[in-house]
Amino acid sequence: MEKYLYIALFAPLVSSLFSALFTATPKKQFVGIVASLLIFAAFVSSSILLTHIIGGGEVVHVELMTWMATGDLYIPFGFVVDQVSVTMMMVVTLVSTIVHVYSIGYMDHDKGFNRFFAWLSAFVFSMMVLVMSDNFAGLFIGWEGVGLCSWGLIGFWFHKEIATWAANEAFIMNRIADLGMLIGLFLVYWNTGTLQYEGAFAAMPSLDPATLTWIGIFLFIGAMGKSAQFPLHTWLADAMEGPTPVSALIHAATMVTAGVYLVVRSNELYDLIPHVGLFIASLGAFVAMFAASMALVNRDMKRIIAYSTLSQLGYMFVAAGLGAYWVALFHLMAHAFFKALLFLGAGNVMHAMHDELDPFKMGGLKKTMKWTFIMMTLASVALAGIYPLAGFFSKDLILEVAFVEHHYIIYSVLLITAGLTAFYSFRLIALIFHGEERYKLFGIHPHEAYKFMLVAMSPLLLLAIIAGSFKISYFEMVTNVLPELEYHIHHPVTFWIMVIGTQLFVIAAIAFAYKKYANSSVKVPDGTSKMENSIAYKILKNQYYIPYAYEEYLVKPYREISDVFWKQVDLKIVDATVDGIAGIIYSTGEKTRDMQSGNLSTMLKWMVAGTVGLLSLAVVFGLAVRYFDEILAVLSGLGV
Amino acid sequence: MFEAVAFYLFAFLTISMFYITVTTSQALYALTALAAGMIFISAFFFILGADFLGAVQIIVYTGAVMAIYAFGMMFFDSTRSVREKQGNKYIISGLAILSAVLVVLIFAAPMISTNMTAFYPSIEGAGNTQEVGMVLFTKYLIPFEVAAVMLLVAMIAGIVLAGKKMDLSLTLMNQAEIDEIKKEQDKKVLS
Amino acid sequence: MMEIGLNHYLILSTILFAIGLVGIMRRKNLLLLFFATEILLNSVNIAFAAISHYYNDLTGQMFAFFVIAIAASEVAVGLGLLIVWFKRHGNVDLDTMSSMRG
Repeated sequence: MEKYLYIALFAPLVSSLFSALFTATPKKQFVGIVASLLIFAAFVSSSILLTHIIGGGEVVHVELMTWMATGDLYIPFGFVVDQVSVTMMMVVTLVSTIVHVYSIGYMDHDKGFNRFFAWLSAFVFSMMVLVMSDNFAGLFIGWEGVGLCSWGLIGFWFHKEIATWAANEAFIMNRIADLGMLIGLFLVYWNTGTLQYEGAFAAMPSLDPATLTWIGIFLFIGAMGKSAQFPLHTWLADAMEGPTPVSALIHAATMVTAGVYLVVRSNELYDLIPHVGLFIASLGAFVAMFAASMALVNRDMKRIIAYSTLSQLGYMFVAAGLGAYWVALFHLMAHAFFKALLFLGAGNVMHAMHDELDPFKMGGLKKTMKWTFIMMTLASVALAGIYPLAGFFSKDLILEVAFVEHHYIIYSVLLITAGLTAFYSFRLIALIFHGEERYKLFGIHPHEAYKFMLVAMSPLLLLAIIAGSFKISYFEMVTNVLPELEYHIHHPVTFWIMVIGTQLFVIAAIAFAYKKYANSSVKVPDGTSKMENSIAYKILKNQYYIPYAYEEYLVKPYREISDVFWKQVDLKIVDATVDGIAGIIYSTGEKTRDMQSGNLSTMLKWMVAGTVGLLSLAVVFGLAVRYFDEILAVLSGLGV
Repeated sequence: MFEAVAFYLFAFLTISMFYITVTTSQALYALTALAAGMIFISAFFFILGADFLGAVQIIVYTGAVMAIYAFGMMFFDSTRSVREKQGNKYIISGLAILSAVLVVLIFAAPMISTNMTAFYPSIEGAGNTQEVGMVLFTKYLIPFEVAAVMLLVAMIAGIVLAGKKMDLSLTLMNQAEIDEIKKEQDKKVLS
Repeated sequence: MMEIGLNHYLILSTILFAIGLVGIMRRKNLLLLFFATEILLNSVNIAFAAISHYYNDLTGQMFAFFVIAIAASEVAVGLGLLIVWFKRHGNVDLDTMSSMRG
């Protein structure tokens, strides 16, 4: 099995290096094909590993080589394929394969075609390192690797200033969070003496609860950054400046879920500190609601989906925080499928609409883009959590968890959010595919995407529909390593009321969305309607003024402080010191060059002065040698 | 008593003569004062019983050295007063006094503090010249010979340097000038 | 005071040495500079002679002889060079001799 592990891990790296060879050359179709095939090989290997694990096989654990071994510190390049990581591997390789194939079509006319595949495959490799590593250090490498690739891909169109800005924002936000993560890792090493998962988690129960709390908090700060949880969430929406396949792969299916993966991986730690878990769950619920509310009014197709991602990540954190790690992981998986599908569909629409992102300027696209319409609708149904699609099984489960654990506030927040989710998803669908063909006003002639792109998307569609049926076998598999907690509402009547009530609520929200946005009276908003001038709309539209607040209260003061430090400290102290030293040497040279005037009379004077100096030294040293003992006595009397 | 008077008198005279030497702006005055100072110094040698040294002092310095200087000065315009730009007087005299004191201190200190035994004590019943001769032609024979050779070399060097054509430097001239000189020499030889 | 000892001679020597140094430092005319060096040499000679006398040792006088010999050679060579310089440049001013300027 080890060779499959190596294939799964290194095929993306090979793909990346291969594509990187051609980055400076014009577009070459075979680069995309080779990259896709290599990623596909990784996917096949992962599938073999999955069957191996499901079949009750041993956990595959290899140690590639020693990375660091100094003193007590021992960190190998170790990789493990257990029930949790194999799930992640499957999600990552599957979505990556599809996105790679899709990108061949999507990036067809892009000058950076080869470069795109180099970055994308590099991302897959980093993600594989992240999920497969058997220690925190390896996880951190992957963590930083995906951050770097995310930066490169968000800023892929670097000629657009806003794209580079968004890339830097994402990178800096993640660095802030990574500092927390790094502190967490140091604390782990400091207190347990190892960074291997096994050793570290085995040592944790004997630690002081306060220490564990700090470790949990700092690791979660890292997770918050990567998974864009409040207050570090602003980068995710801005990251939509990147190419759409990137959004599908990185900012929906894989990288942003790394935070959830970290919490799931550290389940033994978070089980010991339920109060931190509760905090995580509360924050998750808050973010779920908060992000969904922003998605309600947004007029950027990709941003709406991004907020939806944020909201679903909130769901996952609720599950993870409440100790239902397998539920979190399950929702992670299901979400990856339908959200990637949604993004890829949005990519098709964008292509058709010549990069127009405002859904109000579309409408009626279902005629020209039938397959995309079907796919996105089904993905939205799955996202909304309608039976029997994937979202129902995973999302309802999270609601049940909250209910069973008696966190009714979280439950009700999540329930309302489910309604909001359904509403904004179908608002989007209705605006894009139904109603009047508003795009005609803008002279756009939409067309369906390439056939092979649609074919590539079809596995996701299939999974978005049927992923829910894996629930039982999945549960049996992951509970080998994760806490085995079944959530059953004891009273069948309560259970059915809840399920049917939720379904009805969601369907009502969908119907409302259709009613409001699918009719022919929808116009491109011009900022005059009553709703657009209401305060609530403005708050939501401006993302609760949080980016504004960051700019005003963090970035600007920071810039001013930097300015002050630059002018006061750097220029007046640091630079002045350096310049001063140089100036002293320079002026010494300037002054003493008179000695070198070549005038013999001056030289004679200096000769006499030198003689005096040397003779004085001779006298002083002569006396010092002669009276050495006396001087020593005097000095020791002084206490030297 | 007599010795003390002589010492102070000659000390005063020597110092004043040398002072004039280093301060006057007339080269001729300086030369004269220096010659006088040399003779006064020989007086110290006589007081100290170094008769031979005193005689040598007068002959060599006043007779030979001063004569050479006098001849040398004929080349220059010695009547003109020497104009010299001066630096800080205090620094100059301060440095001079300090270094003089230090030199004397360093060389005199070990002599005064430790008991020195004479390497070549004076010989009873012999005059100073005789003593000098004995030491000079036994122990210091080789240095004496070397000094003689050195004087010879110096003499030849002086003659050559002051001789004809030494104001020309072949290294500083270009080829055309050198050829010119050669041609002239050839002419002389031919004629 | 009336008894003249070695110290008197040494002090005299010091004074003369200082005068010589002053001359060396302030004279710009090369010829007069040579005069100053003669003073230096002579002041040392006095010290040698005095030490020789008071320690009853002839070595001091021997060295005084060699000093005189060196002084004589110096004058011969130095004056020769001086004449060459004067022929070429028309003066013997130290301030004009700056060919050693770096």
